[in-house]
Amino acid sequence: MSMADHRPRSIPDQLTTPLARALKSWESLLLVVAIGIFILNSFASPYFLNAWSLSDATFNFTEKAMIAFAMALLIVAGEIDLSVASIIALASTAMGVALQLGAGTPVLVLVGLGTGLLCGAFNGVLVTRFGLPSIVVTIGTMSLFRGISYIILGDGAFRGYPADFAWFGQGYVFWVISVEFVIFALLAVVYGVVLHKTNFGRAVYAVGNNATAALFSGIRVGRVKMILFLLTGLMSGLAAICLTSRLGSTRPSIGTGMELEVVTMVVLGGVNILGGSGSIPGVVIAAFVMGLVTFGLGLLNVPGIVMSIFIGLLLIGVIALPRLWAKLRRA
Amino acid sequence: MKLTKLLTTVAVASGLFAGAASADDMRIAVVVKALGIGFFEAAAKGAEEAAAELGDVEIIYTGPTDTTAEGQIEVINSLIAQNVDAIAVSANDTDALVPTLKKAMQRGIKVISWDSGVAEEGRMMHLNPSSNPLIGNMIIKLAADHLPEGGEVAVLSATTTSTNQNIWIEEMNKVMGNYPGIEVVATVYGDDLADKSYREATGLMQSYPDLDAIIAPTSVGIVAAAQAVVDAGKVGQVNVTGLGLPSEMAGAVESGASQSFAIWNPIDLGYSATMIAYHLAKGDATAEPGATISMGRMGEVTLDDTTSGAMADPFVYDSSNIDDFKDIF
Repeated sequence: MSMADHRPRSIPDQLTTPLARALKSWESLLLVVAIGIFILNSFASPYFLNAWSLSDATFNFTEKAMIAFAMALLIVAGEIDLSVASIIALASTAMGVALQLGAGTPVLVLVGLGTGLLCGAFNGVLVTRFGLPSIVVTIGTMSLFRGISYIILGDGAFRGYPADFAWFGQGYVFWVISVEFVIFALLAVVYGVVLHKTNFGRAVYAVGNNATAALFSGIRVGRVKMILFLLTGLMSGLAAICLTSRLGSTRPSIGTGMELEVVTMVVLGGVNILGGSGSIPGVVIAAFVMGLVTFGLGLLNVPGIVMSIFIGLLLIGVIALPRLWAKLRRA
Repeated sequence: MKLTKLLTTVAVASGLFAGAASADDMRIAVVVKALGIGFFEAAAKGAEEAAAELGDVEIIYTGPTDTTAEGQIEVINSLIAQNVDAIAVSANDTDALVPTLKKAMQRGIKVISWDSGVAEEGRMMHLNPSSNPLIGNMIIKLAADHLPEGGEVAVLSATTTSTNQNIWIEEMNKVMGNYPGIEVVATVYGDDLADKSYREATGLMQSYPDLDAIIAPTSVGIVAAAQAVVDAGKVGQVNVTGLGLPSEMAGAVESGASQSFAIWNPIDLGYSATMIAYHLAKGDATAEPGATISMGRMGEVTLDDTTSGAMADPFVYDSSNIDDFKDIF
């Protein structure tokens, strides 16, 4: 008897082929939406198809997407961090303080990333050590981190960042390809590999699907979550560097409301808000969709509030559609 | 699919927004701190008035949903992409808009700020609604106009360290010689708190029974003082004036506690900013220290060393026009 006889070759483990599944996946639907928006935009405004315009448009999402990658992993693992925009404020303020003390660009970068890590660690410890729900912890730290910025800065501002610091938010690597866009693209690859190709990535899914089962399978759940909070903090620190560099100044109101746009991006990307599923390609496409929508509507001078309504409808549609689809198929 | 249908609907709807544009017109973007604020809606009205007067101008009135610098940068980026002729912005942040506005100027767009300014390197000129000397003169003139025989006036300011108020009071003292018979008997501080301002105003009326007017160059103080005058039964004896918002002062004007007060007129401000942007984009005016630029019916603005200029005297509001403005801001 050969080995092959034992394998249930005649019974497929899946009813659809991988190609069919890929075509029906959330990411493909989103990609169609993105391409649709791109085409509509090119018809709607004569200014849309211009290399520099499109390059400017990427700034609408690059910083948010940097955080969204880490946030995606965190949400897949069943947690959330609503303090990211406040971490930006605190990290930017810390960089401003370092600047006053005479720090150069390398130190500023370290201070930004370090502050982000510390904030992430603070969230992580509260959640993993004390077993507090992350949504409550991070709503608290959302006020705490930004509050510290307000105490330090009041209604003042830090300005006068060194010229080479402007490279992060205003620099271009090649022609219209901005530094921020390159960072975004590199992070997309790194996070894609981490989530989809490593043991750690599998652990993230396991924790999000059933933390207890994961724990009994030998996964150190607390440690996985702690790493994810640290990563989210680090990414917020990185976003703070880019945003501060782009604005050339720090005010305590920097990045206000960004946490909701980050979460919107993640959920639009097909990550289950309850945890357990989602993908990085989805988040990447969602970043483009949000960037294209806001920029396209901006070119038509559609008021911001209409844009918000549109993003809101998009989000509700995106969450409702798969469920409606499932219902229709059962009926 | 539902989503695509939605997208098409929005795209078509937004296409209609853009439909009014005509290709040859000069496009001037009026960027405000946030949409949906009465003050800025009024400024947009002024901008449209200027456009109608000029004829070949299209106004793009826009701004973010919240008063954030990031939101304004997104808006300005899309205006740069549209290659508008000029951007007139009331900034949410003096510094944060500078890199983006510099980029706009590099691409040939004329950039000015108005109302809330941008740091010097991020704009070609800044239009202040008024100037400190003009305000200082206006607040005492408002009181003196209703006291032809002279009289006693007192100042109810914000805090002892409020920069703006202190400068205005200083400027007021400089021109006191032009108003003979008017005597400032006291200056008190209500700390921009309604209850403290109210107590200070009441105290003034008790200490100086012959007091004829209270000048409050602060929007909190002026409302509290008017209330104190009404409560003390001194309407008609003590006139409350100074700087206030029409929406908050409508009651005081109606009751007679305040004969008149002043503040900038947002319609004039939007009108003047548009006029200046037009002349800069047209190339028949330059923004440099000492230059004068025409503002249509508002006269001319002269630029100082920081290339900023003052539009006009604060606008006087009284019973004749308060109803038109109380719903605006």
